[in-house]
Amino acid sequence: MSCIQTIADYGLRSIGIGERMLPRSDFTMCQQFTLIGSGMLWNLYFGILALLAGFFLATLLAVAKNSEQALFRKPAEWFIFVFRGSPLFIQFFLAYEAFAMLPRAGIPIFGITVATDWITRAWAGALVVLFFNTSAYAAEIFYGALRSVPKGDLEAADAYGMAGWTKFRRVTWPTMLRLGWPSYTNEAIFLFHATTLVFFSGFPAFRQEGDALYYAKYFADKTFNPFIPYPIAAFYFILLTLCVIAVFGLINRRLNRHIPQESRRRIRFRPQIIR
Amino acid sequence: MFESCSDPSALHGLSWMLCYLTTGKHLLFYGSFGIVLILLAITAPVALIFGFGGALAARSALWPFKLIGRGYIAMVRGVPDIIFFLFVPIAMDQGLEFLKSRAVCEDTSAPVWSNNEFHVCAAAKIPLGSSPQLYHEIYGFALAVIAFSVVYGAFAANVLYGAMQAVPRAQLETAEAYGMTRAQVNRRVLIPQMWAYAIPGLSNLWMILIKATPLLFLLGIEDIVYWARELGATKSQIYAFPHPDWRLYYFLVLLVFYLLMTKLSEIVLAKINRRIAFGQATAAGEALRKAGA
Amino acid sequence: MKKLILTAAILGLSAGVAAAETVRMGTEGAYPPYNYIDDNGQVAGFERELGDKLCEMEGLTCTWVTNDWDSIIPNLLSGNYDTIIAGMSITEEREKSIDFTQAYYPPAASAYMSMDPNADLKGGVIAAQTGTIQAAHVAESGATLAEYATLDDTIAAVKNGEADAVFADKDALAPFAGTDGMEFVGDDVPLGKGIGIGLRKSDTALKDKFNDAISKMKADGSLNEMIKKYFGDDALTFN
Repeated sequence: MSCIQTIADYGLRSIGIGERMLPRSDFTMCQQFTLIGSGMLWNLYFGILALLAGFFLATLLAVAKNSEQALFRKPAEWFIFVFRGSPLFIQFFLAYEAFAMLPRAGIPIFGITVATDWITRAWAGALVVLFFNTSAYAAEIFYGALRSVPKGDLEAADAYGMAGWTKFRRVTWPTMLRLGWPSYTNEAIFLFHATTLVFFSGFPAFRQEGDALYYAKYFADKTFNPFIPYPIAAFYFILLTLCVIAVFGLINRRLNRHIPQESRRRIRFRPQIIR
Repeated sequence: MFESCSDPSALHGLSWMLCYLTTGKHLLFYGSFGIVLILLAITAPVALIFGFGGALAARSALWPFKLIGRGYIAMVRGVPDIIFFLFVPIAMDQGLEFLKSRAVCEDTSAPVWSNNEFHVCAAAKIPLGSSPQLYHEIYGFALAVIAFSVVYGAFAANVLYGAMQAVPRAQLETAEAYGMTRAQVNRRVLIPQMWAYAIPGLSNLWMILIKATPLLFLLGIEDIVYWARELGATKSQIYAFPHPDWRLYYFLVLLVFYLLMTKLSEIVLAKINRRIAFGQATAAGEALRKAGA
Repeated sequence: MKKLILTAAILGLSAGVAAAETVRMGTEGAYPPYNYIDDNGQVAGFERELGDKLCEMEGLTCTWVTNDWDSIIPNLLSGNYDTIIAGMSITEEREKSIDFTQAYYPPAASAYMSMDPNADLKGGVIAAQTGTIQAAHVAESGATLAEYATLDDTIAAVKNGEADAVFADKDALAPFAGTDGMEFVGDDVPLGKGIGIGLRKSDTALKDKFNDAISKMKADGSLNEMIKKYFGDDALTFN
């Protein structure tokens, strides 16, 4: 079987398109590269969606934690503490067990029955956990940035007569993003790494559709040779990390575009706070 | 454990629960919390040593060291830690046994890797097949410690490298002006001053390390996650204490354990941060000085 | 009978003198009644008793090790232990990588278990343990395979409705029959060539010893007795 044929058969195997049976003997390098690459689709899916949704929740949480009112501050503090203070691995396990306890038939709300069976599936359940998890981490980063918005900037906004929403949208929020961006880039890298835990922690793989590490482990178990599949997975992740750094670097440039050229901070990929 | 527990089927309610929670298996579960703490206690200093080596190498003037140091830091940052955990212990184990086999085996003509098998003579096994199970467990645990140290050492190297760069240039130049050699500058000026800049990052790293300990389970170590899964799973009548699926409750216990660990660390680290910042030329040190005055 | 035991004991003794060989027995510890971890944290079950007996007959010193099912073959091959005695069926696929002794348990039927007597076994979601012959069978049958790390996880998945049915070794499923409305459904499926002890292909001497001991236990009927003790009087036995 040629390699192109293999790619056609297994390139989209992780989302259920292509050959149904996984290769079972005579494993080739091509098969390993194709299937592990195919599994990366799941890592991308989890990472991108959790980041996008998490960004908004994180902003909300950061603002709430910075609030003077305990009614907003306390819940935000607790949410951040629970999700930052416990291992993601345990969160996955717990979430899976908890979701599995929901009634199968669905929950009736206002006469409409809300189906619950999808939530124990990795594509939804694990995404929810990753979404909350990254929100908590990013919220802590944004909160720190919010605390270090220069006083002068805020006073200048006041002097222009800005207040409330306008001041937040035009001054506080952009500055917060600018200051927190290097750390947030780090968080994005680690979130993508965290997606590899999904199929190792309770959430079952259906129809042998899993992420890059699921297939890497499949090959390592079948070929009894960990020296090929794991480095392949590592290779894909290094590529992914470089892409994340490139994309976030572009956004960083945009966030800093009003700063004089020479004092623009180049994005430092050595922030002290990692996750 | 207790006399009254000898016939579990006759027990009810609280006494059943008391006996259930003191079975030999539960005692192993409680003991496994100790394993997590031991892992933390050993890994943290070892990772710091790895990190120190990595950071000094990355700053080295000799390009091969620099390349190794930077490569090490970049490598671990780009790859999920779990891949390292699945890979490093096996590679270490086979590598060590291979080296030992070259030294102690009489006949080394047979290939070590053949037909999917990894084969060395009995004398080259680490530990020997005849050694007690405890040795095997300690060996497995040691491999896990190394895997953790390699990964978190790279993060520590990253933090320490940043901290060394953050020490004001003028301080080092002054030391040079006094005629100190590079090694003396490192030892007398750079390293003592670096800590103030490194502590926030290292605190953060300690928190990450705590949260990485459940991954021990993936390395085949009988840690808290292993026992929580084993104890919580449905127990049919074949067991002395049958019960339905209780994994949710066991995992809640683990969650509480980790939250407590985090909270405790936060309190202790905040104290350390205050101490370290004292007398340093940083914003935090300045705040302390003003508060004292 | 007595004479046989005596000979075995003498043989065992002499073997013990020749080489006090330690054999590390690898098992899963989560597959009752074959093997499980009892309330004292020790490996127990049919295979524990059988393995200890076989070791005693051959004068081997045996220690027990547990290992996750999905990495049990790789860890045998890399030498972490010397045998797999974990309810592992002898199949052609596995025989490509490891050797088996003769069967110590006859080819056992695999069965479906579900809470719904009309569960769709050909097109529904079927839970199976990763890397078992049952998982391979489900993948081929056209049903949707949902993989779990342990047998307990597969049972839990059926109980919470995530999977329509579980497909596993019938004897391992038997203790769950009747709990929470779980029942056997559909026809039994014979899979594999019986259960044997897995060994590295290079360990031929050890394989011969175990084969020898199993033959003796089959001959004097003690193996059948042991099977009946753990699996009930209706269990399959060797004739």
